[in-house]
Amino acid sequence: MNGSAIRGFINRRVIDTGSRRLPQLLAFGVILAILSGCERPPTDTIQRGYRGVAQGLVYNPRIVKDQEAANAIPVALPQLPGGGPAAGSVFKNVQVLGNLSTGEFTRTMLAMTSWVAPKQGCAYCHNTANMASDELYTKVVARRMLQMTQHINADWKTHVAATGVTCYTCHRGEPVPANIWFTDPGPETADEAGNHGGQNMPSPATGYTSLPYDPFTTFLDSSTADANDIRVISNTALPSGDRKSIKQTEWTYALMMHMSESLGVNCTYCHNSRSFASWEASAPPRVTAWYGIRMVRDLNHSYLDPLSSTFPPVRHGPLGDNPKLNCATCHQGVYKPLFGNSMLKDYPQFAGPIAAPVATPDASPASAPGNAPATPATTRSDDDSVMAKDKPKPS
Amino acid sequence: MAEYQNIFTRVQVRAPAYAGVPLPADGGTGGRFGKPFFVHLLGIFGDAQVGPIYLGWTGLTSLLFGFIAFEIIGLNMWASVNWDPIQFVRQLPWLALEPPPPAYGLHFPPLNEGGWWLIAGFCLTTSLILWCVRMHRRAKAHGMGTHTTWAFASAIWLYLVLGFIRPVMMGSWGEAVPFGIFPHLDWVGAFSLRYGNLFYCPFHMLSIAFLYGATLLFAMHGATILAVSRYGGERELEQIADRGTASERAALFWRWTMGFNATMESIHRWGWWFAVLCPLTGGIGILLTGTAVDNWFLWAVKHHIVASYPQVFPMLVDPASLPAGKP
Repeated sequence: MNGSAIRGFINRRVIDTGSRRLPQLLAFGVILAILSGCERPPTDTIQRGYRGVAQGLVYNPRIVKDQEAANAIPVALPQLPGGGPAAGSVFKNVQVLGNLSTGEFTRTMLAMTSWVAPKQGCAYCHNTANMASDELYTKVVARRMLQMTQHINADWKTHVAATGVTCYTCHRGEPVPANIWFTDPGPETADEAGNHGGQNMPSPATGYTSLPYDPFTTFLDSSTADANDIRVISNTALPSGDRKSIKQTEWTYALMMHMSESLGVNCTYCHNSRSFASWEASAPPRVTAWYGIRMVRDLNHSYLDPLSSTFPPVRHGPLGDNPKLNCATCHQGVYKPLFGNSMLKDYPQFAGPIAAPVATPDASPASAPGNAPATPATTRSDDDSVMAKDKPKPS
Repeated sequence: MAEYQNIFTRVQVRAPAYAGVPLPADGGTGGRFGKPFFVHLLGIFGDAQVGPIYLGWTGLTSLLFGFIAFEIIGLNMWASVNWDPIQFVRQLPWLALEPPPPAYGLHFPPLNEGGWWLIAGFCLTTSLILWCVRMHRRAKAHGMGTHTTWAFASAIWLYLVLGFIRPVMMGSWGEAVPFGIFPHLDWVGAFSLRYGNLFYCPFHMLSIAFLYGATLLFAMHGATILAVSRYGGERELEQIADRGTASERAALFWRWTMGFNATMESIHRWGWWFAVLCPLTGGIGILLTGTAVDNWFLWAVKHHIVASYPQVFPMLVDPASLPAGKP
């Protein structure tokens, strides 16, 4: 059609364009379908860093409401009056809690049952005909986990502060905590092509990114953690021989996505995004998290891995390795497990190894081993007044 | 009832198919072939007429190399889900063909350890360059300027920097970008993290300014021309040679609203340069990253670009620098 032909049509041709309703309805449907994957606004934003540096936390009050219900701590069992003699002198084969009074020991056993095996009861760990027997693997594991809990609360105050953890922090009424990990062999691929290089599949472990799906074996497992440096950002403005690669950065990125998902926080909970590496610009929880990584390595190395042969094959991963823990095991989507509610005040026996027999059943808080005034670590986030704001408001 | 008022209407007008002007060189058709036909749907977005077309050896070879690259990438993605067609569709945005691990340096690795990536990258690069040559030859044959060629070449420059020039300078194919939808985006995030925040790279700043600037200019220009099309403003070439009331009104509008106006002719140069400079400056920024600068944030601190903020949190110390890393 040339120019004169166009001019010929101007103001002459009148054409019915027909109904446009169907396409409009279809477009509306598509928009609804896309939006259905989003969280419903409004959300709450809590400013933490200096204004303008985007160090804020974004919370959805409806999700927080559900989380608060799921993270309520169970009602503490009543302490029994007149605890009686030390459990170790009454019962056989009491290796960890022997210094507790008989009454407190029984209370502890009942509490552990309600936290770990409420449906299965005592028989989940004990041969009820001979409670002292170690024939069930669950009893051996439970004893080691008791020691682990005491170790965390006594030696890792840099991470758990005085809040501490109990069996319930991870177990939440399940014999196997909901968030454990095994080395991921990855999906089955063809032989001649399709090498995914340990990444590029939707994985809940790293927040459904296409980043490496198993950063845990790389960074949190005892045998490899020390060899793999998490820090990938260059320390110098100009090149000075740092050969850390972009691929390596993706592994660190994957671990960070796991931490973000596990704590229900964005990157800026710890980091200032203008310089992720800078400690000066970071928020205090970054130090807590740094100790957390070392704590997880220690626990996997010293407590979970040695139990490898104790666990029956049904508890092993696809490659035959023992279950291990990561940030999500305790945190379960919340910035502080159980929103920072401590259960140690009711169960001081988990605060550390019990050195001396507890003579009186109504142990006053000051004399109970767990409530001994611990020197607060300078890095724990509770000491920071800014952090007082970071607990999300219930809607 | 809609009325046909000018060429920016949504009403489709059907006239006999137009075969195109004779080529200036020989007066012939330049190898165009095929009987033209009309598609109503296409007419909603552009011209309803399809064909006649010209392929030529550059077009054919470009399509061939492009097809090979597409197949290598797609089949590797499919192989990565063990040839499961359902998982291929479900996971497609996550799947990728990864470049070789950094340990291979610039050597040619086994096919399944990045060799496929190198072959696909070669074929895709060849395809793009051949298509660029084709654009140049077609523009010349039609007696046009070669502006589109150079604009496309600017995009190819950025692509080559990312996938070829910079990896070669860094001595590792592993520095290059994977072929995949989410994976290449995660790569971009990791790239900026590794090199200390690309936002502090001045060439990245320029690239962003040209990117947003180009879209802003296009929106301003598109809106202006649509607004004066009732005065014939859409016939821009005629308006350049013989300025009419459409041009006058458009110019006056911008002089009133922002004190300055481009002209019917210069606005196209503004748009072209902004669009071309976006990948051009971006490519320079990528090329300098890791080769000349290793941490853009620290570089910016050194050159006093970084703003300082009051310290809100207690000053933290790297716990790894403490005598006892463990408590």
